[in-house]
Amino acid sequence: MSANPQHTPYHPRWYRASMPIFWWMRRWIHARFILRELTSIFVAGYALVYLLQLRALGLGPEAYARFLDLLRSPLSISLHGVSLVFVIYHSITWFNLAPRALALRIGDRRVPDKVIAGLNFVAWISISAALAWVTLKG
Amino acid sequence: MAVDSLAGNAAVVAGGEMVTLEVFRYRPEEETEPVYQAYEVPVHKDWVVLDALNHIKDHLDGTLSFRWSCRMGVCGSCGMMVNGDATLTCATFVESLLPGPIRVGPLENFPVVRDLIIEMNDFMEKLESVKPWIIRDEEKSLEDGAYLQTPAQLADFKQFSMCINCLLCYAACPVYGLEPSFTGPAVIALAQRYNLDSRDQGAGERNAILNTDEGIWQCTLVGECSVVCPKDVDPAAAIQRYKVSSTLQWYQKLLMPWSGK
Ligand code: SF4
Ligand code: FES
Repeated sequence: MSANPQHTPYHPRWYRASMPIFWWMRRWIHARFILRELTSIFVAGYALVYLLQLRALGLGPEAYARFLDLLRSPLSISLHGVSLVFVIYHSITWFNLAPRALALRIGDRRVPDKVIAGLNFVAWISISAALAWVTLKG
Repeated sequence: MAVDSLAGNAAVVAGGEMVTLEVFRYRPEEETEPVYQAYEVPVHKDWVVLDALNHIKDHLDGTLSFRWSCRMGVCGSCGMMVNGDATLTCATFVESLLPGPIRVGPLENFPVVRDLIIEMNDFMEKLESVKPWIIRDEEKSLEDGAYLQTPAQLADFKQFSMCINCLLCYAACPVYGLEPSFTGPAVIALAQRYNLDSRDQGAGERNAILNTDEGIWQCTLVGECSVVCPKDVDPAAAIQRYKVSSTLQWYQKLLMPWSGK
């Protein structure tokens, strides 16, 4: 391909800027993107805790009680607090992007981006509320 | 009319106000590293950045090189980085950037040939590779008439056909900057323009090129391409929808191997 041409008097040298390691710090939108990627770690963290909880449940009531105790420790609570913030950030940015992946049509008209994102938010909040209600009631 | 607009150009906003343009200079026969050169340019109410560059070229320094043609956001040749944003210089008013200085550079992520001129062969080759034309299994004969299309079928792809190949989306895409092998936003949007065309039957051929790591899967959905696009093509949406449809196809193949292509 033309990526590495021979430099001759008739084909002068091209200048190629290289991307600095901290390229994403130069623009707010890029920093926001990197932050969204990083929040995936916390989403994975949540999933891991959940799997461990299932495992403890499988190991019997004592193991489960021990696990719950662990969850009540200040360290775990503060970690959960931090995770919650990142996971909410992750969800919001994700739902805002949903219209990019979804082109719905009703009759001849495109469903506007705001409606698609809005429906995602409504579903998210109502499912979360329902789950919270079921869990906290018990 | 034409004379009128020339006269209009002479209307200086505030008495003799000037603004500094810091322009990226790279003259391969003289320097190995580019430099920024400052020029003082008068402020005119109706001047876009391209007018300021032309003022430099005509009155201050004839050696400055840049591309432009239509001066009305149609040809796609005047794309540059203005204060770090990929933008059409013919559609960016100087007044909106005051008090300056205004920094003008070549589009990022491309090799620079000279000053503000970039090398775009990489894009042209990628564009050709996705066969951006209507592919038919079998061409109808002329007697059979034209391929008909309803307005609704046209609406399916029209947005993606508005691309003017200005490459702003490539300059704004950090994935392309880091991985130049990435097919990139405009090419995928243009492939979708044909995939979604009711007259086209080439989606399978294009899929072989695009349903790959270097095709759609390198995209991490930064979304900047759609922000900078002057024609509202929304290439990010084209790529994400392509991801969705090829994932569905993959599942279809997995669950129903007998179901055709
Ligand atoms: S998709 Fe938009 S930004 Fe990209 S080349 Fe086409 S018109 Fe320019
Ligand atoms: S000069 Fe044609 S798009 Fe700007």
